[in-house]
Amino acid sequence: MLVRILNVVFDGLLMGGIYALIAVGFNLQYGVARVFNISHGEFIMLGAFLTWWFYTQHTVSPFLSLLITCPFLFFVGYILYRGLFQRIWRAAGSAEIYEANSLLASFGLVFILQNIALLIWGPEVKGYSYLTVPVRLGEVVFSTNRLLSLIFALAIGFVFYVFLSITRLGKAIRAAAQNPRVAGFMGVNIGQVLALCFALGVLMASFSGILLSMMFEIQPRMGLEYTIIAMIIVVLGGLGSMPGSFLGGFILGLVGSFVSYTQPGLSLVVYYLFFVGLLIFRPRGLWRK
Amino acid sequence: MKKVLSLLGRYYFVIVFLALLILPRYSKDYVLVLVSDILLYITLTMSWVLFSGPTRYISLAPAAFFGIGVYVVALLGMSMALPWIIAIAACASFVIAFLIGAITLRLRGIYFTMATFGLMELIRHLILWWEVNISGTVGRVVIPLKYTTVYYGMLVIATCVLLTVFFLGRSRLGLALRSIGDSEEAAAHTGINVTMIKTVIFALSTVFMGVSGVLMATRWTYIDPRIAFNALYSFMPVLMAIFGGMEKMYGPVLGAVIFTLLEEILVTKLPYHYMLIFGLVLVISILYMPHGIVGLIRGWVKGGER
Repeated sequence: MLVRILNVVFDGLLMGGIYALIAVGFNLQYGVARVFNISHGEFIMLGAFLTWWFYTQHTVSPFLSLLITCPFLFFVGYILYRGLFQRIWRAAGSAEIYEANSLLASFGLVFILQNIALLIWGPEVKGYSYLTVPVRLGEVVFSTNRLLSLIFALAIGFVFYVFLSITRLGKAIRAAAQNPRVAGFMGVNIGQVLALCFALGVLMASFSGILLSMMFEIQPRMGLEYTIIAMIIVVLGGLGSMPGSFLGGFILGLVGSFVSYTQPGLSLVVYYLFFVGLLIFRPRGLWRK
Repeated sequence: MKKVLSLLGRYYFVIVFLALLILPRYSKDYVLVLVSDILLYITLTMSWVLFSGPTRYISLAPAAFFGIGVYVVALLGMSMALPWIIAIAACASFVIAFLIGAITLRLRGIYFTMATFGLMELIRHLILWWEVNISGTVGRVVIPLKYTTVYYGMLVIATCVLLTVFFLGRSRLGLALRSIGDSEEAAAHTGINVTMIKTVIFALSTVFMGVSGVLMATRWTYIDPRIAFNALYSFMPVLMAIFGGMEKMYGPVLGAVIFTLLEEILVTKLPYHYMLIFGLVLVISILYMPHGIVGLIRGWVKGGER
């Protein structure tokens, strides 16, 4: 019994690492760049598909191909912010109109990106096996790629945290998150910083897509579910709070693994109920009153 | 003569309505099905505009309520008379929307958007889980209705939505809704029960979506959760409303007509391209024509006067 519980907890933590990355990326885009990016999941899908494509068509290992995939999608995100969201911002006039219009534009992006993927790769479910060698920790067993993805997620979270706390750019990002106007007055190149935040969000999404592709089957419409998960975690951890999202990812991962252990197929339903509970009792996040 | 023309211009919708009323006597089934589609999208778009237009709270759930209607038919079959099934679907949509609204509409608008965005997936997963684990059958066969029945049903609903939007715009309730959109705080201070009004109107708007789901369900002979709950039905109303422009009633209607026809032409020839194009159109509309066709026409009229 204990072994089973340990297994479930481990599964939850492993999944939680990826959830944390997804949520931090989403929070960077909404909490700092003020884009409620409904197409977040689609960038996860693109990351996953590019990795699958490199591995199965060109036998490039996922940890090598990420050196191409990640910078590429980061660049796409940067261009998207500069070319699309910044224009919407200039035209909007008020924060509310900007929020609504950028949200709707990202809703359009969902269908653009999904159908590009459908055109290139077709609607079939795809997958590959990579590093599936089982690892034993006492009685608990899991595959190597899961362990690696947890390590990677933790490492990225840590590096990102250090980046936010120490570097000048990190400070600028935190300032922009609090108040973009005043940050602009203090000499922060606000357009550049917000574009970088949006692109960093896309980077996190593509990274989680790469990790996900090693464990699960992928298909062009997979993004929606992850966008919902990202939203729920961001509410759980508090809008704009990066440590909150990181921890929230692990909490939701644990919840999910306990649910799918007892009732597979219900995890998204439980997430949603969890979300409704949060909205009723703790709309500003688990840690804030 | 001029008087007659201006009267015609003013009451053109009466003529359109009468023409639609007698259409089934003179047209082929194909035209009837196409016009039913247009009426469906007009209904979905207008009922989206009914709430999201004046309040600026963005709902991403039309597909969820449309799907509820479809699935009510799938569950009940035609074991009851059609009006009863419609009543059940309407109640189900209203109650679910009311609950979602009561929970989220007291918070910032973004929480409402999140809750509506997840709703469709929630219901779909719930039904799938139920069918796999409890009832043991996924998907059901539906007995189709006659084309004319679906057509007249859609015509009635579309007319109801349009009348609701029209009279709501002229009522005190509509004024209250618009003032919530302009400044929620100010509206609350003038004594408007903000949360209540938003919740009731949102719930009301979903009734139309649910009922149109019932009628259109009979078009598919086989229904499973994946068919009933399709994100497309959340996307199309948003696209049509934005492209048409929400400030005048003809905007969303025009958007619905244009994109239904486009979809009809493109769906068989370019199944993936057309959604890609529609996505691009939405993004471009937001960028370059924020007030839609209505805004463009207003611009031309103003330009002519100058």
